[in-house]
This record gives sequence, structure tokens and C-alpha cells, in this order.
Amino acid sequence: MSQQAVNGVPSRGKVLTVDNMNPNVKRVEYAVRGPIVQRAVQIEKELREGVKKPFTEVIKANIGDAHAMGQKPITFLRQVLALCAYPELMEDNKFPEDAKKRAQRILDACGGHSIGAYSASQGIECVRQDVARYIEKRDGGIPSNPDSIYLSTGASDAIVTMLKLLVCGEGHDRTGVMISIPQYPLYSAALADLGAVQISYYLDEDKCWSLDVAELRRALNAARQHCNPRVLCIINPGNPTGQVQSRQCIEDVIKFAKEEHLFLMADEVYQDNVYAEGCKFHSFKKVLFEMGPEYSSTVEMASFHSTSKCYMGECGFRGGYMEVINMDPEVKAQLIKLVSVRLCPPVPGQALLDLVVNPPQPDEPSYTTFMKERTAVLAALAEKAKLTEEIFNTVPGITCNPVQGAMYTFPRITLPQKAIDKAKEQGQVPDMYYCMRLLEEEGICLVPGSGFGQREGTFHFRMTILPPTEKLKVVLQKIRDFHLRFTQEFS
Amino acid sequence: MSAAARMQLLAPRNVRLLSRRRHELLAGSSGAGPGVRSLTSPPLSSSSPGRALSSLSATRRGLPKEKMTENGVMSRAKVLTIDTINPTVKKVEYAVRGPIVQRAVELERELSQGMKKPFAEVIKANIGDAHAMGQQPITFFRQVLALCSYPELLSDNTFPEDAKSRACRILQSCGGHSMGSYSASQGIDSVRKDVARYIERRDGGVPCDPDDIYLTTGASDGIVTMLKLLVSGEGATRTGVMISIPQYPLYSAALAELGAVQINYYLNEDKCWSMDIPELQRALDEAREYCNPRALCIINPGNPTGQVQSRECIEDVIRFAAKERLFLMADEVYQDNVYADGCQFHSFKKVLFEMGPEYSETVELASFHSTSKCYMGECGFRGGYMEIINMDNEVKAQLTKLVSVRLCPPVPGQALMDLVVNPPQPGEPSYDSFIKERTATLSALAEKAKLTEQVLNTVQGISCNPVQGAMYSFPRITIPEKAVKEATEQGQQPDMFYCMKMLEETGICLVPGSGFGQKDGTYHFRMTILPPTDKLKILLDKVKEFHQKFTQQYS
Repeated sequence: MSQQAVNGVPSRGKVLTVDNMNPNVKRVEYAVRGPIVQRAVQIEKELREGVKKPFTEVIKANIGDAHAMGQKPITFLRQVLALCAYPELMEDNKFPEDAKKRAQRILDACGGHSIGAYSASQGIECVRQDVARYIEKRDGGIPSNPDSIYLSTGASDAIVTMLKLLVCGEGHDRTGVMISIPQYPLYSAALADLGAVQISYYLDEDKCWSLDVAELRRALNAARQHCNPRVLCIINPGNPTGQVQSRQCIEDVIKFAKEEHLFLMADEVYQDNVYAEGCKFHSFKKVLFEMGPEYSSTVEMASFHSTSKCYMGECGFRGGYMEVINMDPEVKAQLIKLVSVRLCPPVPGQALLDLVVNPPQPDEPSYTTFMKERTAVLAALAEKAKLTEEIFNTVPGITCNPVQGAMYTFPRITLPQKAIDKAKEQGQVPDMYYCMRLLEEEGICLVPGSGFGQREGTFHFRMTILPPTEKLKVVLQKIRDFHLRFTQEFS
Repeated sequence: MSAAARMQLLAPRNVRLLSRRRHELLAGSSGAGPGVRSLTSPPLSSSSPGRALSSLSATRRGLPKEKMTENGVMSRAKVLTIDTINPTVKKVEYAVRGPIVQRAVELERELSQGMKKPFAEVIKANIGDAHAMGQQPITFFRQVLALCSYPELLSDNTFPEDAKSRACRILQSCGGHSMGSYSASQGIDSVRKDVARYIERRDGGVPCDPDDIYLTTGASDGIVTMLKLLVSGEGATRTGVMISIPQYPLYSAALAELGAVQINYYLNEDKCWSMDIPELQRALDEAREYCNPRALCIINPGNPTGQVQSRECIEDVIRFAAKERLFLMADEVYQDNVYADGCQFHSFKKVLFEMGPEYSETVELASFHSTSKCYMGECGFRGGYMEIINMDNEVKAQLTKLVSVRLCPPVPGQALMDLVVNPPQPGEPSYDSFIKERTATLSALAEKAKLTEQVLNTVQGISCNPVQGAMYSFPRITIPEKAVKEATEQGQQPDMFYCMKMLEETGICLVPGSGFGQKDGTYHFRMTILPPTDKLKILLDKVKEFHQKFTQQYS
């Protein structure tokens, strides 16, 4: 059938079948919204239809979706967005002056003063200027050029675009891209889609998921046998592993990238999500420039940020940006051309990003409320990060590294051999079997570690720390109970 | 490396430009496919502008610098250079935002810096961006969006009840009742249901299943995703995709990026840009020699050509697709933009189902819609949907998986799409003002469509088909031989040369026909009909004046 369909001659069968579709698309996997989440949606529907379950609601701890978990939007951000959507509200004295001023500035930068107009493909100019100023402030004055800022449809869009630029060659010359294991599966999915070679380097679970250069070198040397490694991707703070990289480690990585002639991609969407004492976020850009011109004028880098994480959690708006450093001007022209085909990132997301990089200032009316809301969100996350680690580490068979940052815990679970055998009988990866059972029995939706990659023979799951504290306690308790029950059942 | 690239390698710059032009002439002739094939390998023989870039880079490929970077060991060169970039990206061209628009932006900056120009403002008639041209948003839509953004406004009695109830309904289907949460990757359930009901109403009751609806980030996203699914094979089995010439360059750009083979079929300018089956057949038969044609793309109403397809023509196309086993892609984003007397929009879906089960149960179809055009013009929100018909279930599962990687389309755009497919109903408080605003926009567009055609046709050397629908006119322009020669000497397409001069002298930004494709030896430009009527009149007069001056100068 496949052969016939490819020739396009038989009269039966579809034009487009799974046998003759784009083979790269078939290789794409994205566990964060994979089969377990589909089952969770189905269970929700069954609950609504009155099917009896051992639980009354499904708790989706599979994805970093803060608002869905009950986090409230930041008032100031939403006021400005409402004003931008419906500028007649400018007359309304319920809105603070700083919100009105921000809205007016954004609207003035839009064609016809409407967020319904296309923006420049690279993003609204004044937003890019604000982003550049934000980066300068964040990085202690290191200059940032608005022309090097590209607004995007969430960080995912920009990451895929950068990878797309980098992929070339065939066979042994095919571009290889180094990604951490465990990784955020956007990377593996994009590489499959682009037909690039994935080069896995392993984070050290025993050292709180830290990255070490010896492991990078091992992975690189092994990969050089079969592809052309050109890119090194880093997620800091880590997803799904929650580690925060030390300044020293970042320096080492930059040295390695320079030495090995690799393009650096720094996924820094969790830059405000640092909880552990003694940990601090260092941007790759800042470290790069502090290392002096030998590095700062040569190492090519793209870094990514988004409106979806940090204290905002505004995932639905798909706002984001990337900053490119030391990119060849001809390549930059190609990048501008490429993004122009999709016309522009969603303008409400651009507006939102502008507010994130240019929030209320101390002398403005919304400042106090803004700071209160922001601090509350981040403090609650820090508390939940700690709580999660503590409770998991009381469960025999679960070990959990500190959640230094980001929004997830990625504990290691011990699965009895009998359970592993049973999973294999059913054609499932053992941690998928475990998570599926957890979902069916407790209504808790997690993502199995196999969706992110893990050392062979080890098993994990990713859980967000986003549910409200009281609910999180219940979730943790339920997982604890389940794990004990599961272990007993298969012992 | 393609044969053309190898040839370019030996050529000094000016020779290169000349030979590039020769390729383009060949590409533009009615025998485009084979003519080009003799010079380049088939997968590279897509659009002419694409080759322009690939030939430049191919020349650089010969420099020693490049060899070293490819091994990744050189200490000086960049990791990522024009020589080591994804070659399919280099082939991408998108004239609607190409060099002429970049120059327009530059001119605007120069004006704002006080530089003297022969005009006071740049008028961007290059892109269908209604709000940028002064069209006001529909009040109801924006009220609901404001309510969804800041639900505290729900207690505000300045908002009409129907706006509030729509906003509540949308928020209730969002996680945590916030537009800030991710939606399902296929789009919010209740929005997909509303889209399905809208399609049923539009198509006189032909059923529509919400599971066949995928919300998207503008129509472009849906189109690229569908094309991505379809591309497979190598060499002579590589997927070929039939697109009209002139075309909207998203298609050629996407095909270049995906490394698919572009198959050109020409619209008939003499018959108001209509499409005919013998031409489709010609294009298909020729393409079968070197690729595997699997998809046929139609834009109706047409972009950039503004034609509205007759019901009969659609039937013929569907029969052709069934006979030749082609996946149909119907770009119907201008479905409300029909102006000419006697013209009516017929959706491919409706015609397909009216042709009976022989067709409606077999022909695979994806159709696309968007919030950016019609009377809404809400381009910035990037809202859209596609409906898929008769898609294989396993492929559908792959599609759902693929879209999940990007998490979800922007939720404000989904909310807006919901309002477009479920606008105020008679009896609701916002109904009257909604209808008034909608009608005003559409009738102004109809008036401007007529005005544009009329004025342009008074100019000697410009001939313009009726703008039956969509938002553009694509008039044919006569360019004097001397101007063609001068353009060629400067390494420019003659219509690019023409448009660039017009921009410099009048501040009017149009897109040259070569960016959309046109028959060899003919020249056109695309101009939107979106400026307000008074401004449009001035613009048309300026175009007229410029054309006369230009013609005189080169006679």
C-alpha cells in the first residue's frame, strides 16, 4: 500500500496516509502533551458524564501552566492589555495613570494605533527597545542592541527558528545539536522535525543535576563520528530538573563552546524562578561579556525568554523574545527574511512582553500593588519548591533533588522488577506504566521521565510545583500513598 | 550542488546577475517546469526569487573560508555563516515584506529625521493590513477582548450584556478562567464547536465536526502545518505542490523551506484571472516527470488577483483533484470579501458535499480561515482555523501530536476567532451597531475595489481586471523596453525597478508582480485597496502620474 500510495496511482486509499506522510513528523515526540495527557482529558470527560472514579477531579501537574493552576494574573499587566484591546477605556477613571500611559505608548507604536495591525516581523520597535534596556539592567549595564532582539510567539517559536537556521549537511555532515538529558522535549521534537542529529549529554543527578564539561566533551567526541556538531543548548534554570547553574559552570560551558566552535543556545525562560539559598540566576550573556572580548566578540549565542513563566505565567498570550549575539550579519538578514513569512508574533503577546520588561516603577501608582503581587507569587513558588522536595524525600523509593529553580520537580523513583516486567508485557515504558496507574487511581497527571530522557535503568517523573499550597500537599500525599501501594503490589 | 549553482560558481558578479535573469525568464515562461529543469535539479527549481539567493550563496561556497568552517575547526570564522546556514532557508522569499518594504521603513525613518523627500508620508499599500490603513476595529470584538483580558470589568455597567456573556463563556472554557493559561493544542473546545456551527450555517447545513477543526496562529500557520505533513520522498518521488501563478508568496516560501517541489499553474489574466482545468492538467503532467504531485492549493477569493471562483469552476477543480488523487488545500481567508455583481463565495467544502458521496467521502480537503481579513482585519491577533475533511485517522493523530509541540495558538486570537464565528445575534444589544460597522467596512471596500479598477484603467499602459473580491488589485503594467534594459543592467526585475522608483518618487509602497509570479514578459504590481477612499483617490492619481512620467522618461 505504501509503495503504491507514493506513486500516487491507485484509486483506493487516501492521498495522505501515515505511510506516505512526512517521515520527520512521525518521529516527533512531545510527552508533555502526550498519551497520558490525552487520557487525562478523557477521564475529565468521563467524570463530567458521571462515571464513577476513585477521585473527583483530575489534577494536571504535567505542564507549567500557572493560571490553570489558579495563579491570578498580575493586575497591572491585564489593565494595560484591556486598555490596548479597547482604547475607549482610556476615558475610564478606574484605570491608574501608569497603565494608561503604557497602553498609549504601545498603541502609538502600532499601525493605525491598533493592536489589530501587523507589527514589524521582528517585533514592535519600541518593545524591542524596552527589551534591550531590560537586558542591560539585568546584566549590570552590558549593552544590548534592539536590532539583536527578535520578538517571538512564545520561546518555543524562537528556539525552533534558531535551530532551523543551523541545520544543514547530509549524512556525516548533518548538523548535530547537543541537548541535555533530561531535556525539555521541545528540543528533541524540533530536532526530529528538522531531521537534525540529537546529541545527548547527561546531567549529573548525584550532583543536583549539574552539568560538567567532561561529559559535554564525551558526548561531543562520540558524536563527531557520525555528524557535525554545531550547537549546544542549555536550559538554565533547568527544565525538568530545576537546577540553577553556577557562574563557574556557565564560564566553563562558554569556554567549551568557543573551543569546540559551537553555537550556544541559552533557554532562560525561568530566569526569575530561583528559590534555593545560595543560588542566583546568571545570564549567559552577562557571563560571556564578563569573560572579556576574546569571548564576547566571538562566541555566537542566542538566548530566549518568554511571558509564560516567572511570576507572570501568561502562557496563553504566546509572548517571547530572543537576543542574538555575534551573529553574522548575512545570517541575520536571512533570519529577518525567514520570520517575515509568518508576518509577526501575536501583538497582544508583544504588548504583554513590553510590560514584563518595563513594569511599574517606584514612583508610579501601580508599583506597590505590582510588587506585592509579584513577590507573593514568587514566595509561594519558593515555599512549594521546598515542600515538594521535603515530602518526596520522606517516601521510601523516591529521591528528589532540591528544586533550586524553574517550576518542576523530577524525582527518581524506584520501580520493583515485577512492575518493570508487567510494564514490558503491556508494551509500555515502566515509568509510563507507573504514571498511567497513578492517573487512573488518583487522578493525578504527571509526565513520565522517559518523555524527557534519563539514564538507562533509572525512572523519574516530572511534576509541576504550581498547584496552590493546600492542594499541592494533597497531591504529594496522594502520590506518596500511591507509591507505597504500588511498591507493595509488585514486591 | 545544483547545476545552476555550479554554473554560478564560475561567473563574475555581473555575468551572474544576467544569467540569473535568464533563469527567471525561463521560470516565468509557460513551460516553467521543464525549462528550469534543464538548468537546475528539480527540487531546487521552485520559484525564481529563490534561485536568486541560492546562486549568490553558491558562489560563496567556492571560497576557501567556507570549507574550513564546515569542518568546524577554524578559529576565526563564525559557526553560522551564509555558507553553513540551512540551504532551504536561503531559498525562502517573501516579497510582501521584502526589500521594497525595508526601503519604505528606511524612508519613513528618514522623513521623521527631517530629510527632504518629494512626499510627506510613505503609504504602505503592500500588505493587507486594514487597521494600519485606518480601519476601526469592530466595537463588540474589542469589548469582549477587554473583558477577557481584565475580568474585573465584568462588573462595569458600561459594557453591554451580550459582550459580558460572550466573555464569560470564553473565560469559562479557559484553564483557571484565564486567557493566560495554555489551551488545548487543537484550540479551545467551545471555540471549535462555534467554528463548526458557523461552517454549517455558512454551507447551508452541511455537517461539520468540531474534531475536524484546528485553531491556528493565523491562517499561515495552518497552511504551513498542512504542507509539512504532505512533504515526503526524495528526487523524483519528492512531493510536488500545485500553486497558482500569481500566488500569495507564503506558499512558495513554505515550499522552499520544506524542500518540496513547486508546481506552477497559471491563472488566465485575459479571463479575469480565472482558473482552467487544461492548464492544471498541463502543469500536472509536466510535473509528473520529475516529482510526485500530491497537493493542489487554491486561493479563493484570489490573492493577489482578486478573482472569485464560480461554483462550476470549483466543481471542476474537485473532480480534477479526485481524478488525479490530489489533496486539496483551499485558502478561503477572504470569504466575506466579495464585491462584484454576480459573484458569490462558494466554499470548497459546500461544493464538495453537494457533489455527492462519490466526492464528499473521498476527496481530502483542508480549508483555511483567519481573523485577519474580511471585515475584521484583526491581523495582529494571529487568529485562524483550518477544517480538515476525509483525513486519514492516523494522519490526524500525527497532526494533533505535531501541533502539541507548539503548545497552543495565542488564546486572545482564539477568543477573537470565536467572536467572528459567533457574532451578536438579532435581539442582542450589540447587534445593530455590529451590523452597522460590518456593513460600512464591506461596502467601503466594494466601493474602493470599483474605484481602483476604474482609475487604473484610465491610465495608458495599465490594465486592471475587476477586483471581484479579496483586498488587492494586480494590474498589468507596460514597462518600456529602455526601462527593462536599465533594470536588467542594475540586476533588478523590471517591475521591482518600477516599484522602487515609484516608492522613491511618490512614497507609495507596492509589491512588484515578480514577488507573486507572472507570465514571462508581463509585469504587474499588487496594491491593496485598503486606504480610506479619499487617500486612495490621491494614491491612484499619484500612481497614474508616476506611470505616465516613467513611460515618458523611458520612451
